[in-house]
Amino acid sequence: MSSGAVPAFLPGGEHQGLQGEQPRSRVPMTLLLSVFLIYTFTPLIYLIISATKSNADLFGTFGFWFGRQFSLFENLHALFTREGGIFLRWALNSFIYSLVSAVGAALISAAAGYAFARFEFHGRKAAFAIILGAVMIPQTVLVIPIFFVLSVIGLGNNPLGVILPSMISPIGVYLMRIYIEEGVDSELIDAARMDGAGELRIFIDIVLRLAAPGFITVLLLSFVGTWNNYFLPLIVLRSQEYYPLTVGLSAWYQLASVGGGGSQVLLPLVMTGALVSIIPVILVFLLLQRFWQGGLSAGALR
Amino acid sequence: MRSPVEPKSAGAWRSQIPTGKALVPYLLLAPFGCLFAVFIVAPLVYAFYISLFRDTLVGGRQFAGAANYLRVMSDDKFWAGLGNLFLFGIVQVPVMLGLATLLALVLDRGQLYGEALFRLGLFLPYAVPGVIAALIWGYVYGPVFGPFAQLAEAIDVPAPELLSREAMLFSIANIVTWEFLGYYMIIFYAALKAIPPHLLEAALLDGASRWQFVRYIQLPLLRPMILLAIVFSINGTLQLFNEPYLMRVHAPTVIDSSYTPNLYAYSLTTANQQYNYAAAISFVLGAVIACASYLFILVSGRRRRR
Repeated sequence: MSSGAVPAFLPGGEHQGLQGEQPRSRVPMTLLLSVFLIYTFTPLIYLIISATKSNADLFGTFGFWFGRQFSLFENLHALFTREGGIFLRWALNSFIYSLVSAVGAALISAAAGYAFARFEFHGRKAAFAIILGAVMIPQTVLVIPIFFVLSVIGLGNNPLGVILPSMISPIGVYLMRIYIEEGVDSELIDAARMDGAGELRIFIDIVLRLAAPGFITVLLLSFVGTWNNYFLPLIVLRSQEYYPLTVGLSAWYQLASVGGGGSQVLLPLVMTGALVSIIPVILVFLLLQRFWQGGLSAGALR
Repeated sequence: MRSPVEPKSAGAWRSQIPTGKALVPYLLLAPFGCLFAVFIVAPLVYAFYISLFRDTLVGGRQFAGAANYLRVMSDDKFWAGLGNLFLFGIVQVPVMLGLATLLALVLDRGQLYGEALFRLGLFLPYAVPGVIAALIWGYVYGPVFGPFAQLAEAIDVPAPELLSREAMLFSIANIVTWEFLGYYMIIFYAALKAIPPHLLEAALLDGASRWQFVRYIQLPLLRPMILLAIVFSINGTLQLFNEPYLMRVHAPTVIDSSYTPNLYAYSLTTANQQYNYAAAISFVLGAVIACASYLFILVSGRRRRR
């Protein structure tokens, strides 16, 4: 069976039992990886269990086992009603910022990738080299300078200050260029031009359609990247109502840990909120494996 | 990065200004180009500009030349933060990438029960936002209701002080390893999958042992990917922020406001509003990251040629 042709993540990857090799190492290999799987799951299981506990049980019962009462639904109710339902607002913010950034990043990267893949123009090589070079600019080092510029142009404490910078995806441009070079026939584009199709129409109807897998990959990676981003929104946004989940939760976390005066009531909410906020990303990764695995390995190969 | 920037000869611009169809590629590039100019080029230029000034209470903004940079050079807080990261990286990066390589090799060999479960399960932490991962581990480490402390109490031994000055770097290293181990494992695994299977068959026919196949075929072919992973990890290490920022809540005396350079720049920006100096710190940090990556590429390239 040729393993080279089987994409790493498609189910049915369990092949490879090479003839002549004894399966005697199956048990030790499985045990070895199980150790790591336990390591991986330990904090997640802790989080799941903690999300079902009341405040008293968090302190009073063992962390890796359920408490005296099952409080998950009380916690969820408290989570979504506290401070006028601000958690839901944060969740919606996260979703909107991520979605708008992702759609923008995918469209903008597709347009740029198409220009690099199918057009000759002055400065093409230099522009592409600059974009690839930008991949190496440390992201967090850029955050504080971006904050300065946002303050100058009046986008300090504005969601656009998080969304617009998140639309820049040098890796996205690179990926789209590859996808279009390989997946979009230039004769098809020429034929469409002969038939009198406008350039915008060609881009939308032919290029985007044929490069859809690449488009979805960039969309996904950008969505997850914005959903998980912390440093940029932390610096740019000051009003609670603009926070995404990461910033809002960490604010509660700090309150719960530092402040006295009943702020420990927040603890179960932080646990439950953390659980709620990681579920969408995990689902996205599990359901759409086919798309991100291509992006991950290509991103690392660049 | 394969091709360095090739300067266009001045003659290339002699041809006429593009019109009509020739404009199309520029229009396609315009959205990306505008964002790139506003959110990458302008911030760098502007931050560099203000890093050359000093805000004084009486005199307002004054040109300071390289004074801020000289101040960074002799700022013990900045260098202590970098020192922390050096200690951190020298342990965390080899451990994480070594384990990731091992896991990828085991996965690739395919002699496992439930391979898909391991592949996805080990990757799962990458889907958890870094700040949430730090938050969860912060509670797991915690002395009050952290499960490790509870276990220690139950068997009547002193609780491990996972948030103490001595243990903190390791505790943070563990969080980062937890987040990225599966990610690098998957990347290495994909690279191993690209090795043509006939190579293994040929090697086995020639009487090579499985270990020899790993040592002389798989690891050398994996090498470029591992080097790239090291560059990314150096990059990520020097930008460390989320984990120490959240751990600070539990251990404010262990993690001060300059525990890592990024944390320092953040505190200078938000708490002290020393924008000029924070900008200089960001630039020096960026330069350190670029130098470290470049040095590493240089050294590993030289070793290969020998």
